Amino acid sequence: MLKGRHLIDSQDLTVRELKSIFDLTTEIINRPKDFSYICDGKILGTLFYEPSTRTKFSFEAAMLRLGGKILGFSEPGSSSVSKGENLPDTLRTVGTYADIIALRHPKEGAPRYGAMYSPVPIINAGDGGHQHPTQTLADIYTILQVKERLDNLTIGLCGDLKFGRTVHSLIKAMTRYDNVKLVLISPKELKVPENIKIEVLESKGIEYLEVEKLEDVIDILDVLYMTRVQKERFFNEADYIRLKDSYILDLKKLEPAKEDLAILHPLPRVNEIKMEVDDDKRAYYFQQVKNGMYVRMALIIKLLGVD
Amino acid sequence: MLRINSIRKGIVIDHIKPGYGMKIYEYLKLQDANFTVALIMNAISRKYGRKDMIKIENVIDLDLAMLGFIDPKITVNIIEDEVIKEKINLSLPDRIEGVIECKNPRCITSEEREIVHKFVLIDKEKAIYKCEYCDHIYQGR
Repeated sequence: MLKGRHLIDSQDLTVRELKSIFDLTTEIINRPKDFSYICDGKILGTLFYEPSTRTKFSFEAAMLRLGGKILGFSEPGSSSVSKGENLPDTLRTVGTYADIIALRHPKEGAPRYGAMYSPVPIINAGDGGHQHPTQTLADIYTILQVKERLDNLTIGLCGDLKFGRTVHSLIKAMTRYDNVKLVLISPKELKVPENIKIEVLESKGIEYLEVEKLEDVIDILDVLYMTRVQKERFFNEADYIRLKDSYILDLKKLEPAKEDLAILHPLPRVNEIKMEVDDDKRAYYFQQVKNGMYVRMALIIKLLGVD
Repeated sequence: MLRINSIRKGIVIDHIKPGYGMKIYEYLKLQDANFTVALIMNAISRKYGRKDMIKIENVIDLDLAMLGFIDPKITVNIIEDEVIKEKINLSLPDRIEGVIECKNPRCITSEEREIVHKFVLIDKEKAIYKCEYCDHIYQGR
């Protein structure tokens, strides 16, 4: 039963609960009209403490397509937050107007803290470099659509694995399926954080490999999850120059890859996937964006308990 | 030599690392106590060379869970009728609230004014905790 629950961490949902969300997502995709008024009279609060276009639009489009309404802010300067209001008070207040809240915050752990005070369900819409569990719903649903399975996969995660919140959420969620192997491709400065290694990879005995170059491993991957590497994350210029091309995917680099590889990216991209890859049949990142809206529709329905 | 009498009933917190006695004294809020407390610092220890020690008279129901986090070598003896009735083996507490602070500058605890810092033990062997909000690691020892 998901009614009234928060979604803060991608592990908050069990594998069975994920399946129920994905089943509902498929129903929504197949019969969208049946869900057009299911949230009539309900309000989604979108509290975005830092800029976001895609995630905010995705949440808002999801609620509007369910017949619900939205209220919120896109940057805290236009709200009472700029007067110094604390997070618990903001959420307690908005929670009296809205039935469910999507919270994006630059500080890590803000949704967890806010959920302690909110009278309505909180959905973590991304907190700093920590977690982004609804992106994970889109990611996993896309993997399921393409691969028709979530077990027995070798998943490559490439780019900024240290501050990449989508990567953290995806690792936590995917390592609960059988025989999922991870290939972690990043510069040494941007490796997966220790807490994920201790709590997820080592404690569950997950098979994983850490490498610096995508070229060295691209042929063994079933899924390649690309993320952006920002120059300012490197400690020295020399390392950046040495490695920057390793994290840019182009058709040449894809040559040794499997025919049925699934290329994913949480978007926005800058230059880490060349536009020439967009037409390759293995590129699924625009399908992933669309799925993002549908899985959020399913999630809102489940957390509001209107299904 | 300075001599502190043995107590009839109470708690003796022994083998505290030199210098840590005051920290524990403050953590247990013994400065506000209405019972007799002796804080002994830099005493000679056969086991460790030097040690701090705290004797608390007539009270045996203090929350000592955090002492294992501060120093696992500490021994706690419960005294009744001038004899040791119980030796408590300290272990790391599963949760820590309001004692240590998260060092992640991006953590929500660095911004919110009255937030209580909370940690959860994730690796007992290595004494590793994580911040309950942002998951940042805190090395206990």
